Amino acid sequence: MSAPPSKSNPAPDTLTVVVDGKPVTVPRTTPDPVSGRPLPTTMIQACEAAGVVVPHYCYHPKLPVAGNCRMCLVEFGLPALGPDRQPILNPDGTPKIVLQTLPYDPGVPRAAIACATPLSPGMEIYTNTPSVRKTREAVLESLLINHPLDCPICDQAGECKLQEYSVEYGQSESRFAETKVHKPKQVDLGPRIMLDDERCILCSRCIRFTRDIVGDDALGIVSRGSHSTLTAYPGRPFDNNYTLNTVDLCPVGALTSKDFRFQMRVWFLKETNNLCPSCGTGCNLVIGSRENRIYRYEPRQNDAVNSCWMCDFGRLNYKWIQRPDRLAEVGRRNADGGFDASSWTPALREVADKIKGLPAGALAIVASARQTNEELFLLQRLAQHRQALTDSIPRLGDADHLLVNADKNPNSTGSRLIGIAGPDLGTRLPTMATGIAEGRIKGLIVFGEDVVRHGLTEELLQRLELLVVSDVLPNATTALAHYLLPGCAHAEKRGSFVNVKRQLQRFNQAVAPPGNARPEWEFLVECVGRVLGEPLPATLEGLFNQMAKEVPAFQGQTWAGLGDLGKKLG
Amino acid sequence: MAQEHRLILKQIDQPGYTAELECYLRHGGYAVLRKALSLPPRTLTDGRVLTGPDQLRKEVMESGLRGRGGAGFSCGLKWSFIDHRSGKPVYLICNADESEPGTFKDRQIIYKDPHQLLEGMIISCYANHVHLAYIYIRGEFTEGARILERALAEARAAGYLGRDILGSGFDLEIHVHRGAGAYICGEETGLIESLEGKRPYPRIKPPYFPAVLGLYLCPTIVNNVETLCAVKHVVGMGGLEFAKLGTPNNTGTRIVSLSGHVRRPGYYEVEVGKVTLGELILDPAFGGGLREGRKLKAIIPGGSSAKVFKAGERFRLQRRGPGGQVTSEEVDLLDLPYDFDSLQQAGSMSGSGAIIVMDDSTDMVEALANIAEFYAHESCGQCTPCREGSLWMSKALHRLTHGGGRPQDADYLLHIARNIQGRTICAFGEACAWPVLSIVTKFRDEFEARGAADLARRAHPATGVEAPPATTQPAARAD
Repeated sequence: MSAPPSKSNPAPDTLTVVVDGKPVTVPRTTPDPVSGRPLPTTMIQACEAAGVVVPHYCYHPKLPVAGNCRMCLVEFGLPALGPDRQPILNPDGTPKIVLQTLPYDPGVPRAAIACATPLSPGMEIYTNTPSVRKTREAVLESLLINHPLDCPICDQAGECKLQEYSVEYGQSESRFAETKVHKPKQVDLGPRIMLDDERCILCSRCIRFTRDIVGDDALGIVSRGSHSTLTAYPGRPFDNNYTLNTVDLCPVGALTSKDFRFQMRVWFLKETNNLCPSCGTGCNLVIGSRENRIYRYEPRQNDAVNSCWMCDFGRLNYKWIQRPDRLAEVGRRNADGGFDASSWTPALREVADKIKGLPAGALAIVASARQTNEELFLLQRLAQHRQALTDSIPRLGDADHLLVNADKNPNSTGSRLIGIAGPDLGTRLPTMATGIAEGRIKGLIVFGEDVVRHGLTEELLQRLELLVVSDVLPNATTALAHYLLPGCAHAEKRGSFVNVKRQLQRFNQAVAPPGNARPEWEFLVECVGRVLGEPLPATLEGLFNQMAKEVPAFQGQTWAGLGDLGKKLG
Repeated sequence: MAQEHRLILKQIDQPGYTAELECYLRHGGYAVLRKALSLPPRTLTDGRVLTGPDQLRKEVMESGLRGRGGAGFSCGLKWSFIDHRSGKPVYLICNADESEPGTFKDRQIIYKDPHQLLEGMIISCYANHVHLAYIYIRGEFTEGARILERALAEARAAGYLGRDILGSGFDLEIHVHRGAGAYICGEETGLIESLEGKRPYPRIKPPYFPAVLGLYLCPTIVNNVETLCAVKHVVGMGGLEFAKLGTPNNTGTRIVSLSGHVRRPGYYEVEVGKVTLGELILDPAFGGGLREGRKLKAIIPGGSSAKVFKAGERFRLQRRGPGGQVTSEEVDLLDLPYDFDSLQQAGSMSGSGAIIVMDDSTDMVEALANIAEFYAHESCGQCTPCREGSLWMSKALHRLTHGGGRPQDADYLLHIARNIQGRTICAFGEACAWPVLSIVTKFRDEFEARGAADLARRAHPATGVEAPPATTQPAARAD
């Protein structure tokens, strides 16, 4: 047991340094992003704590430090020590600080890379002196002399660190009077990545990421000096499930996504916080969209979930949202067995009335674990009222060591917590099939699943008096629906999921749904409210907050309180 | 009269002296090792007990031996940084990557007296509790690597290497590792990366100081060939005795590689600081003077990366007398004592001990273009200022030496060089910037004249000389 730190002495595990005149106290050590081992806290971390941004290219908080770009060079002073190793004090009692200078030229401040230089007590860091700014100008100039300066046709334009720092540290005119170094262009690095070596600034972020985070030592540099060239291992394409993260990490336009390349200027993209629905991990992402079209997903940092990364599969799994055969109209089966287009109000009224007409226990509900908590909550309320049997469908696949989870549903946990499914998803489906076959179950509501593929055969579905189906794409089940209610993709609505680690997270609407499709929670409020005979909240916030009161696992949560990163459930 | 003091080179070049173990033993070889391994523990007056290795490290500290590779760092101090209680193995690496242009001293030892190096290494390993050591030899020394392998085999067979060396209980294995021909592998952390099988990108310091996180992230000592040989003599004669050689803080002997426009280029071993630059160049015992009718123009005193001296320069030197009193005196370039501290005070360095002499037939623009091309070719490319700046300077100098000069090119070159030094991961930044900074500053008129002449010729192409383009092809090869 150690004694608590006294007031006069700072905690032994912290130290205080001065950043641009402002004292800041930081932990002595910070966990290594890869191994988690404690490493001495560095200047750049202290600067961040002080709210001071130090320009950099190669440094990334989630990667091992390389220290090669030299953009983060800062100057620093250390407390002067007397011959007795005690600090020398100024007349006012403050420690005398000595600016560190070059050993061979005491007139020139010694610059240190903020990304790798450990702190020491009393250190003063100067990030914005004229000579520091001159150093940055020189580094930027060096990076640009052999750069092709092809911003007009570069995908990175608008989110390029070279452009960004050129605003602050660039020259209006190039001094460079020589020929540029030429390197390979349009290098097909792998199935999803294109490389322009002339744009590459050799920061090695991509190399470190794929080697140290993914464990696939696939990228490296060949040749030397200014001719250094980034390349994949000879004869082997750069192909793992995380390659597209190197495009995000690339501070310039060297690595580009074949999917996004030349599709849209980034400054036109609207950015919406959303979640990846491709597995139970629930990677946080940003949807880049313009005029109701999705152009890309990019991971959004959430250290409780996905750090700064996401898998290539999840990132590219958005094209179905824009498929031309999306369900876009409310359908109602007519007497001839065909479909009539209907409108929401009469359809929902009829559905509600027919549900009410069924005897207790004669209704069953299959609600996908891809639905949001709010939707599942409404269906669960309905199920309780009608004593309906409920379940979700399990969706299992391969997992990996990094982010991909074997549970391919984004909300299996939510489905369990709300009570739609038991501990094992899908175990009640045989009971449901038997119930339908024996005529005890006369009505079935299906949300987001093709139940024909999961034991509720077409023959069984045809026996039902009432089959209400909501989905986004057509399938064998939607083809048999009595009422077809077109729903929304995750990008087209708001809602919340609980991931496999019980992180409760919310997402926002990026684009509008096609045609007359509506968010499921919205029409469920109308329909379920009518069955229950009680008004339900008409806003998603209200609905979430009501759910939080009624579902024990969500006790105390509020929509607003979730924030952008969500909350871990107990 | 100045003369050589052969300590390390004592047997080398003597008639009949060969690289074989038998010859080395006949000349008293491995006697110092035998002595070192059998040192009994010594109890100090304060009761502390010094083991044999402790005593050896103390001798090296007392000898004042400074590293002979280039930086001139205290060998004893470097050894003292090793944490022997880290629980990790300690490695020792002999840096035999001798690649600084103008330097050819280590190769004499390797080719002609390899057992002396091995003896120095084995003693150093014993002193530092090292059981696995490497000799990292530059790729170009093919024959040298063969000679070392043979010497290692001989030493192994004779019980100087392997398990229980000479019955002392001390185990040691030494491996030869050949580089692939890159200058940067002489930088100790680049060398370590290369030894680990990676690209020789120098490591960032902090945190990767070899003494703490060296080879395989274990404590590691990297010493130059000549330094390790000197250790043998330190142990042989005693640290304090060794410190009597040379001058205070610049103890022992150094092997000087003398090249360029002198009559007797070659390697000379001298007591540090007891011989002046002028004696080394002019004395019949050393360089023997310049060629007939030539005048001295410039001296690069410590390998091509050292800052140049211009003939006729005078320097003010602070000297510390035996009583500690500091005296100041002005000396001519040729009267500079050839040691670590004087050359540093004169604004350059003794580096790897390579003196390159240039007489008045030398075109300094061409000379610098040659040096700059070397550094552009050898920059590893890891960090921005050196990677881009070294080739930029080389291209500018190539242009300047091929008719595309401009009057502003002197300042242009200084601008580039200033933006490299002090901002790179390793000392290569200084190595490529210092020749440019010093030669352009001290011989500025030549650069300006060349630029002005080129400009005038381009403005008046009627003179019959084809005006070359302002820009030219890359100076360095892309290999």
